[in-house]
Amino acid sequence: MYNGGKIILGIVIFLALAAFPFYGDIGKANVTPEPNLDTPEIRKLEEKKCVEPEEFMKAEHMSLLNKWRDLAVRDETTVYVASDGESYNISLQNTCMRCHSNKKEFCDKCHEYAGVSPYCWDCHLAPKEGK
Amino acid sequence: MGIDRRDFLKMAGASAILAIGGLTIVEDITKDIAQASESASESGAVAAGKLAMVIDVAKFKTGDDYARVIDACNSIHNIPVIDDPKSEVKWIWADTFEHTFPEQQEEAHMKESLKEKPFLLLCNHCEHPPCVRVCPTKATFKRSDGIVMQDMHRCIGCRFCMAGCPYGSRSFNWTDPRPNIKDENPDYPTRMKGVVEKCTFCTERLAKGLEPACVEASNGAMVFGDITDANSEVRKVLNEAYTIRRKPELGTGPKVYYVMGGADNA
Repeated sequence: MYNGGKIILGIVIFLALAAFPFYGDIGKANVTPEPNLDTPEIRKLEEKKCVEPEEFMKAEHMSLLNKWRDLAVRDETTVYVASDGESYNISLQNTCMRCHSNKKEFCDKCHEYAGVSPYCWDCHLAPKEGK
Repeated sequence: MGIDRRDFLKMAGASAILAIGGLTIVEDITKDIAQASESASESGAVAAGKLAMVIDVAKFKTGDDYARVIDACNSIHNIPVIDDPKSEVKWIWADTFEHTFPEQQEEAHMKESLKEKPFLLLCNHCEHPPCVRVCPTKATFKRSDGIVMQDMHRCIGCRFCMAGCPYGSRSFNWTDPRPNIKDENPDYPTRMKGVVEKCTFCTERLAKGLEPACVEASNGAMVFGDITDANSEVRKVLNEAYTIRRKPELGTGPKVYYVMGGADNA
């Protein structure tokens, strides 16, 4: 084999780099982040519930937000009637974040874990956090 | 055996007749579609074109009167303060008569005081908005109440709308606006670098039943309302006073009216 040593060395280096994600995480606990629901505003709520049921919000909050944004900006609708019949003002800043005033603990934790970076906060203002 | 000359001519003639017949049918169909879309936009226009504004020029006397109105808008909508006129962002601002009504510059013996006076300028929420026509993503659109609205989520920052607007009502965010916003209003979003913005007639306040911020701060110098309603306040003012609009000859149908005032003007 011509240049056998170099080829084998190259293959070894390639495998080492390609397999890095696997052995790099060995021993690290893979903990799914739990969004933190403990804010002063939520503590004050008598009935602790979101606009829609928790399971729906976990899975579908992005499509709900997408729907809200079209309703509010394009369809001149500012009131959302939830599946339980209650009405909410359609606003990320004034409805969602009023209760979930902990963006870092509530939004960012999962988004970082999932490797997504929604551009909401390029324009929308996050609530002021003391930390 | 191949076809002879006679058969070839027959076939050619028949297919020509078919082709012509087909063409006229296609034409008829497309005509119908064109008519349908025309009537659809017309019926939409009846419901649209409602909200209008009247600015009583004579009621703006001191620099304070202008500043109060402009600041009300700027603080509510998180508008950055940028001194460089090339990159400034403005929703409502004041400018000279010459820039407001350029086509009237030839009036030789116009009142001097009027020429010196600043005029409040904002988006005219046109009946036929050129910005909406040119927007390639439909980020800017006309609502059923006539307000020309911007969907910041869709804006790609191409600035066609800025080229289309004959009133200079649109501003582009050349930089991230946040460092230039003095006091952020937590109830309203900011914008980001690379989008075009303008006055929205305060849609967020109208939804709550409030008047636009500038109208509220103007102490009655500005009137806002439904122009299709004969009993509305805007119609009353338009009925009583002589008003002009900016560049109506362009056919955009601006909906901001200026009361030029009588003897007590300025």
